[in-house]
Amino acid sequence: MSATTASAPPGARRSGGALVVSQARYDGLVFLRNRQGRFFTLALPVLFLILLCSIFGNGTVRVPGGTIKESTYYVPGLVALGVIQASFMNLVVSVTAQRESGVLKRRRSTPVPAWVLIASRALICVGAAVVNAVVLIVIGALFYGARVPGRTIPAVVVTIAIGAIAFCALGYALVTAIDSADSAQPVLQLVLLPLYFISGVFVPSTNIPHWLTDVADVFPVRHLQQALLKAFNPYTTGTGFAWRDLLIIAIWGAAGLVIAVRRFGWAPKGR
Amino acid sequence: MPGDSSLTEGVEAVRSGREQFPSETVIWVGGLRMSYGDLEAVRGIDLEVRRGEVFAFLGPNGAGKTTTVEVLEGYLKRTGGEVSVLGVDPQHAGPDWRERVGVVLQESTAEPDLTVRECLSMYAGYYGSPRPVDKLIELVGLAEKAQARGGSLSGGQRRRLDVALALVGDPELVFLDEPTTGFDPSARRAAWEMIAGLQDLGKTIFLTTHYMEEAEYLADRIVVLAAGRIVSEGTPRNLGGRDSAPTEISFWLPPGIEPTNLPAGLAAAITNDHHRRIELRTQAPTQALGTLIDWARENHLELADIEVHRPTLEEI
Repeated sequence: MSATTASAPPGARRSGGALVVSQARYDGLVFLRNRQGRFFTLALPVLFLILLCSIFGNGTVRVPGGTIKESTYYVPGLVALGVIQASFMNLVVSVTAQRESGVLKRRRSTPVPAWVLIASRALICVGAAVVNAVVLIVIGALFYGARVPGRTIPAVVVTIAIGAIAFCALGYALVTAIDSADSAQPVLQLVLLPLYFISGVFVPSTNIPHWLTDVADVFPVRHLQQALLKAFNPYTTGTGFAWRDLLIIAIWGAAGLVIAVRRFGWAPKGR
Repeated sequence: MPGDSSLTEGVEAVRSGREQFPSETVIWVGGLRMSYGDLEAVRGIDLEVRRGEVFAFLGPNGAGKTTTVEVLEGYLKRTGGEVSVLGVDPQHAGPDWRERVGVVLQESTAEPDLTVRECLSMYAGYYGSPRPVDKLIELVGLAEKAQARGGSLSGGQRRRLDVALALVGDPELVFLDEPTTGFDPSARRAAWEMIAGLQDLGKTIFLTTHYMEEAEYLADRIVVLAAGRIVSEGTPRNLGGRDSAPTEISFWLPPGIEPTNLPAGLAAAITNDHHRRIELRTQAPTQALGTLIDWARENHLELADIEVHRPTLEEI
């Protein structure tokens, strides 16, 4: 390049869509290589399934339309847990770490638009949630006789996608309130654990007092569990979409999006 | 002098709303102020950087260097003053501007789970005309570590990756904020060579540092910043009036000789003669040395450990 020429017109940057796809490849690599992420997102739900089915597996659970095996009940709840672990938990920890270490700040000095980075991350969240769901369904069916959804598969996939995207938005919103990644993880688990319990992930909702499930109804966790349960429920007629639950999840996601857009900063907070 | 008139033109241009600068002016700053609440970090700075030069911002930590640089890089919203970088106000810069500017932050970490090559390829994909990744890896001396994960790199290696990342888009202008902090001397020298090489490629470089020798070695022009204000400007040669400050010549007095035995002109210039180590100051070092050596030769004397010392920036 000659030292005296004025700047040549830049070559064309890639289109947004192409950038999202290529960025997703890198985000996926990072996700897979992170041991903590792999455990909490992929291994933990399977661990819970094995524990719960081994301890409670022989019972039945009353659901709308009839009774089902406990294992058939637990799989959708843990799929929901997997969605939340991948899209919320993992995202909050890794994005906070990226912010605090200066990685986000440096990326901001490049021409890549912020929406590309976010969309790519959301794509990975959905992907991880789907992989987790497949693993849970297979293990549940093979070892514990859980029923595999047939006709309602589209509802399962769409529910997972909506859940993942909504919890991604909530994750980005929460990042704006956290100063460091280290303190984030234990606090998050502490908050999520009771929510999982009262939302019927570990214990069938029919065994939980009404006032607790009413509290759980405020939050999106129970609605995700309910929406997935409906799609897994063999007595469900129709397509299996739980429109009301999906709407509530989407509203939570939209709220998260608004907060994130207003407050998100790439600059490290701890200095 | 071109510098003066373009500065006045620049002020008028900005005030009248045109942001037209001759293409030689890459960065223009007028009256920059930056306050954090009550703390005024930058109190009115003017500067101009021309295309193709290495411009060094020198000063102790806390002087306001990084704050100023971050305003120029578009990270901080300034409190007052005018700024134009490549003809654009960095506060309103878009991706086209980002294509032309490379940034090495004062502190940054590698992406821990990506390899050096993957990280560079990822960044390369953000730009329209990126440089070949493998050549860049060699340029910064990370060829052996190309497959190493970011988390396994040493501090110096991470810094080199930072530089490669700033260059991958082939920018016209490169900001280097304290690029060699934490480097051992040989790594620092290697980094200097690389930075000098960037200038050969036609890039304009804005460097901040608190190392005098670094500014001295690399810069075409230096501006010294302290407590948010510019206290000195010039080239490495004449900064702070160095070229008019006296040179110091020192040597051991040969046995049997007293200071009074020295030629009269030199004897008068002696500033120190403790323990037979003579130090004298002169504005004409070549002449003084000539006189000294002629005298020593005539008297068959050896002057042990002669040193000739130009004042460094530290002493200014």
